[in-house]
Amino acid sequence: MNNLVILPVLVPLVAGIILIFFNKQITVQKWISVIASILTIVVSAILVQTVFNNGIQIIQVGSWKAPYGIVLVADMLASLLVLTASIVSLTCILYAFKTIGEAREKFYFYSVVQFLMVGVLGAFLTGDIFNLFVFFEVMLMSSYVLIVLGGTKVQLRESIKYILVNIISSALFVAAVGLLYSVVGTLNMADLSQRVSEVDQPGILTVIAVMFLVVFGLKGAIFPLFFWLPGSYQAPPTPITALFGALLTKVGVYSILRVFTLIFYHDAEFTHGLISILAGLTVLVGVIGAIAYWDVKKIIIYNIMTAVGVILFGVATLSTTAIAGSIYYVVHDMIVKAALFFLVGAMAHISGTFDLKKMGGLIKNHPVLGWMFFIAVVTLAGIPPLSGFVGKLLIVQGGLENGHYVMAAVVLLSSLLVLYSVMKIFMNGFWGETKLSLQEEKGTTKGLLLPIALLLTLSIALGIGAEWFIPYFHQAAETLMNPSIYIDAVLKE
Amino acid sequence: MRTNDLILQTITKIVIFIILAFSLHLFFAGHYTPGGGFIGGLMTAAALVLLLLAFDAKTVKKIFPVDFKKVTAVGLLIAVFTGIGSFIFGVPFLTHTYDYFDIPILGETGLATAVLFDIGVYLVVIGVTMTIIQTIGEDE
Repeated sequence: MNNLVILPVLVPLVAGIILIFFNKQITVQKWISVIASILTIVVSAILVQTVFNNGIQIIQVGSWKAPYGIVLVADMLASLLVLTASIVSLTCILYAFKTIGEAREKFYFYSVVQFLMVGVLGAFLTGDIFNLFVFFEVMLMSSYVLIVLGGTKVQLRESIKYILVNIISSALFVAAVGLLYSVVGTLNMADLSQRVSEVDQPGILTVIAVMFLVVFGLKGAIFPLFFWLPGSYQAPPTPITALFGALLTKVGVYSILRVFTLIFYHDAEFTHGLISILAGLTVLVGVIGAIAYWDVKKIIIYNIMTAVGVILFGVATLSTTAIAGSIYYVVHDMIVKAALFFLVGAMAHISGTFDLKKMGGLIKNHPVLGWMFFIAVVTLAGIPPLSGFVGKLLIVQGGLENGHYVMAAVVLLSSLLVLYSVMKIFMNGFWGETKLSLQEEKGTTKGLLLPIALLLTLSIALGIGAEWFIPYFHQAAETLMNPSIYIDAVLKE
Repeated sequence: MRTNDLILQTITKIVIFIILAFSLHLFFAGHYTPGGGFIGGLMTAAALVLLLLAFDAKTVKKIFPVDFKKVTAVGLLIAVFTGIGSFIFGVPFLTHTYDYFDIPILGETGLATAVLFDIGVYLVVIGVTMTIIQTIGEDE
């Protein structure tokens, strides 16, 4: 009995519903969105601290006992991701104030953003595999609306692809859940874990595990299943892309992390070997894409894939150090990807184009923006005092300890290429000859810098204060490595 | 050419009450027999669609002067707040309860809070269905 766990889902849900009534009063909408987001952050922060002090928190929805009813489980991993996601959503809303435009705001934009958060936070917190599917659908339905909202030609084209791919993957998800249920006879994750370990994961369960990998891989854009990502994320306006890039793929990654540490970890040589290979290829394709393009948004979009690959590599090694690194890297990446999308959005806002070759010398008129971009770049690449470093260090360390030398080398090499790809934006966009004088600029950065500054401060704090944050991440990794902690918390109450 | 819909419209006026009554019956039957908020809501929406077929969109708007998007939102609010109501009693979210009451005409009747949740579902289904149909219908 602990209603705190459900509050991060309830606050955006109620806010989203109330926002439907105010679709014409934009000022009211803005106030409600900001207040609701701050409230979500506060309850998530309380949740993190409660979990840190008192262990895993669960709520048995409707008072039904664990394997029979739905449980929401807040372990350290889930609550950290909930906190990060709610912070990112606040900055996205703040960024949208200046950029999204009245036409979209009047058509339930803020409402749909809140519903998207319901899906994302619910997916992080749920302890039931079918409930995970439902929250996935809540998230995806909202993302369909956000991707098509505005109705420009490119949005219509890309939303058809996006919806098609996601409907197929959702159908596959239902099929996988159905198969799993017919073999094991339960849907609760803790109970699933217990029963799978009783039968020691025979062949059929490994097949189902791979089906889940395909499903979550489609959501999280891993190597052969990423084809929909570059186009779909290119189409909508910047704050929406930032929301997608920071949160949606990470929900897929989180699900892989959860399912392959809690339920299917008995045939690690096959399943985790497969994840390791796919992670390596994802990293490679990501950096190739990031280097190849001259479109600033595309470069950042391909960097999402690189990050997904790096995180999955941490999962594949199944060592406490690497998993702690993975979790650190997820949190870091959610923050810094959102910041980077905002930054390239601001660049495009000023110069009126996403084409890097048409920009130049922005630093002369926008020094603050320029140096913020520089900080974001070195954070992304993982330069020591900043947050990208700690995660990658732990992942590589965990990889080397377990003899995954090739993969560790791939991760390190990818950092170099990631640095090159974003430094290319910095050098071509900010340095060089000034192509636009102040009068010729298409827009101002007024109001755009605040959300970026918020995220970068957080990212710097996460890097410099790593000593202070590490216990949280170690607790998260401990729980993931010992499924018995999770099972005991859920079933023995 | 003006067609004469006299037969259709007259039959609609009678049949619509039967459909509405049946949908309410389905809705309240949900706890013990097949039925419930979803099918009840669809059936009510079907009655409204029959009205739309027999008359035109303007007449229906005059008979039911409600914004169906708001109906959806109200339904969602009801459903969520029946869940939140459990907070007051210090039990987990969405915990439902029931009791027996002596109601004048019906006699001893079991009333469950799950019905309140179902009213939410009922309103959401009507709201969504009618929004879809009206939006497509009015689209030029």
